Amino acid sequence: MTSLNIIKAINIGLRRSLERDDKVLIMGEDVGKLGGVFRVTDGLQKDFGEDRVIDTPLAESGIIGTAVGLALRGYRPVCEIQFDGFVFPGYDQIVSQVAKMHFRSGGRLRLPIVIRIPYGGRIGAVEHHSESPEAYFAHTPGLKVVTCSNPLDAYWMIQQAIELDDPVVFFEPKGRYYTKGEVDVDGEPELPLESARVALPGADATVVAYGPSVKTCLDAAAAAADDGRSLEVIDLRSLSPLDLRAVYDSVRRTGRLVVVHEAQRSLGIGAEVAARVTEECFYSLEAPVQRVTGYDTPYPPARVEEEFLPDLDRVLDAVDRTFAY
Amino acid sequence: MTVETAAGASQPEPELVQLLTPEGQRVPHDHYDALIADITGDDVRSLYRDLVLGRRVDGEAVALQRQGELGLWASLLGQEAAQVGSARALRAQDHIFPTYREHAVALCRGVDPVRLLALFRGVDQGSWDPVETNFHLYTIVIGAQTLHATGYAMGVQRDGAIGTGDPDRDAAVIAYFGDGATSQGDVNEAFIWASVVNAPVVFFCQNNQWAISEPLERQTRVPLYRRAAGFGFPGVRVDGNDVLACLAVTREALQRARDGEGPTLVEAFTYRMGAHTTTDDPTRYRLNAELEHWKLKDPIERVKAYMVRGDLADQDFFDAVEEEAEELAVHLRAACRALPDPTPTSIFDHVYVEPTPDLLAQREAMTTYLDSLAEEEVAR
Ligand SMILES: Cc1ncc(C[n+]2csc(CCOP(=O)(O)OP(=O)(O)O)c2C)c(N)n1
Ligand SMILES: [Mg+2]
Repeated sequence: MTSLNIIKAINIGLRRSLERDDKVLIMGEDVGKLGGVFRVTDGLQKDFGEDRVIDTPLAESGIIGTAVGLALRGYRPVCEIQFDGFVFPGYDQIVSQVAKMHFRSGGRLRLPIVIRIPYGGRIGAVEHHSESPEAYFAHTPGLKVVTCSNPLDAYWMIQQAIELDDPVVFFEPKGRYYTKGEVDVDGEPELPLESARVALPGADATVVAYGPSVKTCLDAAAAAADDGRSLEVIDLRSLSPLDLRAVYDSVRRTGRLVVVHEAQRSLGIGAEVAARVTEECFYSLEAPVQRVTGYDTPYPPARVEEEFLPDLDRVLDAVDRTFAY
Repeated sequence: MTVETAAGASQPEPELVQLLTPEGQRVPHDHYDALIADITGDDVRSLYRDLVLGRRVDGEAVALQRQGELGLWASLLGQEAAQVGSARALRAQDHIFPTYREHAVALCRGVDPVRLLALFRGVDQGSWDPVETNFHLYTIVIGAQTLHATGYAMGVQRDGAIGTGDPDRDAAVIAYFGDGATSQGDVNEAFIWASVVNAPVVFFCQNNQWAISEPLERQTRVPLYRRAAGFGFPGVRVDGNDVLACLAVTREALQRARDGEGPTLVEAFTYRMGAHTTTDDPTRYRLNAELEHWKLKDPIERVKAYMVRGDLADQDFFDAVEEEAEELAVHLRAACRALPDPTPTSIFDHVYVEPTPDLLAQREAMTTYLDSLAEEEVAR
């Protein structure tokens, strides 16, 4: 067991993937000598060379578009987008090309591309550095969308994503990058990539989250426990496909569900979870599904981001609402 | 002298327009002397003042960031001449589309530097009036503003505000961007649009040799100004640390635009003396020797040397500028700390021209929630 933060866990995961398969490439802005602005690729260019860890020109459409070509030629590119807000110059390539190639070719062409995107807020940044665009991608058939919340998952999920033959958008919770956890780097992954995980078992209400919000919900559950209320926290991990088996099971026991994400509220992941739970667990629900999310505004200036983002109190407030019915 | 290109063919060494050497010697230029023939001793002193104040605003901001008063700052250190020279070439009716680093342009344009601090403090996302100042909001998404500038120039063109010969009417647009930005699709599309429609826009590229950790070679195999030829308009490389040369070259480019002769690419060859931003650590990717080399080409020192050499200013003048800079710094420190945080519900204010029912409901919910927290606080 080693104590790692999420940055180091992904770094070692990438290293393992580069060692395992010489078709794996890393490409992005500043990923080489600098090791990425968050140092996720630190030391990789030094050890694997400039041919495999590539400082690209400053062009996201180019990063994704050339990754498509490289993948067609048998490579497995892992693209880094520097910040969530900068994926959009590459968005056309992702939704129009990456997502559809397998479908259009009748399954003949596969694009084993991973697109890593640090996302989410609470880092006190300027515009375009704190966004949560995951729903745009999860809404696009053909893309798999996953996100980790802790170092252990980060370590395994990045390797599993790279091994997958489908394109994966891999969201990294940058506000939790420095969260530490125990990782057995030589063990085996406990879960398949596309599965949710019960982060904390509980009995009274179900709280579903992913990425940076998982910690918020675990903190809320600890506070609720002090008040004698037991929350079950489920980490979705995979947003597309969604694995809601554990959620259905939990809601059938608790009858109460709160969904939490940093992304804006309307037409988002929370809405999809609420719809599916309503379809599957209608007779178990004691209260309407509650959402705790960012508000439907552009991501605000850093000095008000705390009020924009879900926090422990807002989660508990929503839990209270589910008991008010 | 020749340089090797990627293709292996020899090409002439890029010509660099320079009017002031790093030692502060005024070198004559067949073409560009005429463009600054009107510059008096007063003008030079005023340019010097802008350079010094620009650097001081920047230095204070870096210090404020270190003290935790700003979330971030993108330093312009080393790029003062490129910014002041180009900004001082502008007329009141010209319109500017900056990146996130054009603090000295903002200053020359009368934008209160406290507004710049507010953005980097995280209080707002741009609180100066772009209409009043003709200085657009900062654009952080690399290259996007070059298309906005081009479209704005198309509007100027449609309004008949070029080619009339009226110096108070004919207008030009200037887009600032970096060397890294030249790789973006948006920038290349802007070049194409501007060229095809002959838009009155100047593309002002501050080639500071770095895009965060990536040196220029990661973006191009030819000198950047030469790219213009392929798009069908002139390109010129100017010593970006020479305020007079930047003034002359930008004046000419702007006048071409105002006269209806279309776009120009200006490559201001300069150097980012500081870190990319306050979160960056350049020791990870570049050698100190490079910085030392560029220090010898400092954009302010050479003007000072030129002024001393030509008796354009005495010690009293330099002291007075220093004093003014110090006063500005004192003001900035106090004003920055005094900037009020936005109220939480202000995030709902300008999402749309009129708030939607959904947003009004969310604002209401936020207010109720925050009130309930405050009540709990009081109860405790
Ligand atoms: C579309 C986009 N991708 C990535 C970034 C992150 N980023 C911010 S500045 C920068 C480098 C810009 O280099 P350059 O254009 O040379 O301008 P400079 O910062 O040197 O002034 C990068 C990659 C961004 N802001 N926008
Ligand atoms: Mg640059």
